[in-house]
Amino acid sequence: MTLTETEARPASRASSEPAIRTRALRKVYPLPGVKRGKPARPTPGSAPAPSTAPAPPTEVVALQGLDLEIAQGEFFGLLGPNGAGKTTTIGILTTRVRPTDGQAFVSGCDVVKDSVAVRRRIGVMPQRPNPDRQLSVRENLVFHACYFGVPAAVANARATELLGTFEIADRAASKVEQLSGGQQQRLMIARALIHDPEVMFLDEPTVGLDPLARHALWSTLRRIHSEGRTIVMTTHYMEEADQLCERVAIVDRGRLLALDTPANLKAQAPGGTLIELTLDGDATGACDLARALPGILRCESQQAVLRAFAERGGESIAGLIRAAENAGRSVRDVHFAPPSLETLFISMTGRRLE
Amino acid sequence: MSDTAAARLGPAVVSVTTRDARAVSSVSVFMALLRRDMVVARRELISFLVRTALQPLLGVMVFGFLLPHMGFAARGYTATLLPGILAISLAFASLQAVAFPMMADFGYTKEIEDRLLAPVPIGLIAFEKVISGIIQGLIVVAFVLPVARLIMGPIAGLSLQNLGGMVGVALLGAAAFASLGLWLGTAIPPQQIGLMFAVILAPMIFFGCAYYPWAGLRTVPVMQIAVLINPLVYLAEGMRGALTPKLPHMPLAVTCSMLVAMAVLLWWAGLKSFIKRAMS
Repeated sequence: MTLTETEARPASRASSEPAIRTRALRKVYPLPGVKRGKPARPTPGSAPAPSTAPAPPTEVVALQGLDLEIAQGEFFGLLGPNGAGKTTTIGILTTRVRPTDGQAFVSGCDVVKDSVAVRRRIGVMPQRPNPDRQLSVRENLVFHACYFGVPAAVANARATELLGTFEIADRAASKVEQLSGGQQQRLMIARALIHDPEVMFLDEPTVGLDPLARHALWSTLRRIHSEGRTIVMTTHYMEEADQLCERVAIVDRGRLLALDTPANLKAQAPGGTLIELTLDGDATGACDLARALPGILRCESQQAVLRAFAERGGESIAGLIRAAENAGRSVRDVHFAPPSLETLFISMTGRRLE
Repeated sequence: MSDTAAARLGPAVVSVTTRDARAVSSVSVFMALLRRDMVVARRELISFLVRTALQPLLGVMVFGFLLPHMGFAARGYTATLLPGILAISLAFASLQAVAFPMMADFGYTKEIEDRLLAPVPIGLIAFEKVISGIIQGLIVVAFVLPVARLIMGPIAGLSLQNLGGMVGVALLGAAAFASLGLWLGTAIPPQQIGLMFAVILAPMIFFGCAYYPWAGLRTVPVMQIAVLINPLVYLAEGMRGALTPKLPHMPLAVTCSMLVAMAVLLWWAGLKSFIKRAMS
């Protein structure tokens, strides 16, 4: 049966409730082995610790006040480096992580107070494939559907269909460890889809896939999205967010830095091509010289890294290298990036994503 | 999957039927979880039996056959031994049937996550594991009882009159030990599994009144009190009450009440530990 928006999910479509809503979402993890509220006392006789010394951290703040609203049917990307809080966000939205503060709703259901209702509506593809290794490939799909109350006969039919769709039908009876990485990834998507969820969560779905498999997966995700499903995906690949997502939230260190369509975000990126030179020492002197060069819009230094935004990248490179040499430095590495989500991210955080 | 393959997927990746997202019964989810565990258990039945029943049966060989034949143990000892052997088999089968999968499922691969996503309260997933442990424990007892009887030969004082009582004691004992398995399996890091056997399980077996009746300990009164903390004592004594009622044993009412209390306590500890592992 072909899915049309009006007949497929009447309940969700009828309501104006966003697919996802979070308000001031905060998550703090205690560091293992460190007891909170008990700062180490200096031993008697030893000099008191200077008051300027930072107290050893007792906790990790993974999310600090995240506000998000994702519409029904949207393809939404959470973009950020490792440790940005993406996986924690997905963890909270999929009811596996308890928020420290704030609220989160999936299809209007509170992830803490009504976690069972949330789980009924979602499909999750984890960051690392975690198939049930005691079961065959087909059983992984059939049992997962049954855990969601899908009758066995329907579950079997859907499993057959999905095994074909994801080209693992010939491995249906195999043990899951006999599958390749890409096949396991596909099995995980099939499993996330088999109970027909309203919202799909994909945590770094293409990590570890070769380019061919990655592009194939993109096609599949577009198709799943075209069926009217909401997709929330985390990634640290700029290109992936740009290619797939209707809106992208850029997160870093638990904070939302920017949220817009990829096109609008790119428009916010500083003008010009980013030329990043890695020098053999401090880049401050070279940066001062580079600012005076024609065609350089902006220039900044961060330790040994010199970042210049140039009107025309190719023409400015020779001048930048000369500026570095005049400042007594030699160039170790050069990185080019046209205006993109990546240059926006670098200008916002001073760091590269990958 | 190639792009062309994706392109010929047709209009929908998966056929979707209209259904009410709110209607999932906990019972059907529970049954699906149990069916999964039974499918896996059936596949591993032989290795499971070897793992759980071989050691008690070797005990039967030595203490129930060789020693009496050599004259080092009284012929009547087998009547004391058999209920104890059944108690050990049941306890460790139920415990292992829950603890080992828990350790693997919550380990590096986090395989249990597909079940933790099921739209039921998380406690139900832990409860299903305990039920699955009870079933596997009972299967092992049903296997060990006739084999042990075969090895020991006729046992004076053995009576199968109170089979209902035996099943009741077995159910309660299996519930207590499956709950203990839930607790240990979620609280002990997998790399310390050897320590768990040495420090917890071995003393439990030897001080569990499996090889001797609790009444016999009256010659060492401190011991007689100290072992009361061990749930295996009540299971072994309960088995004696049901199978060899003429020999000394604790009253069935006492053993059953204590097994219920221990099952409740261990279930509570196991559930708490399970939820701690399942949620962060």
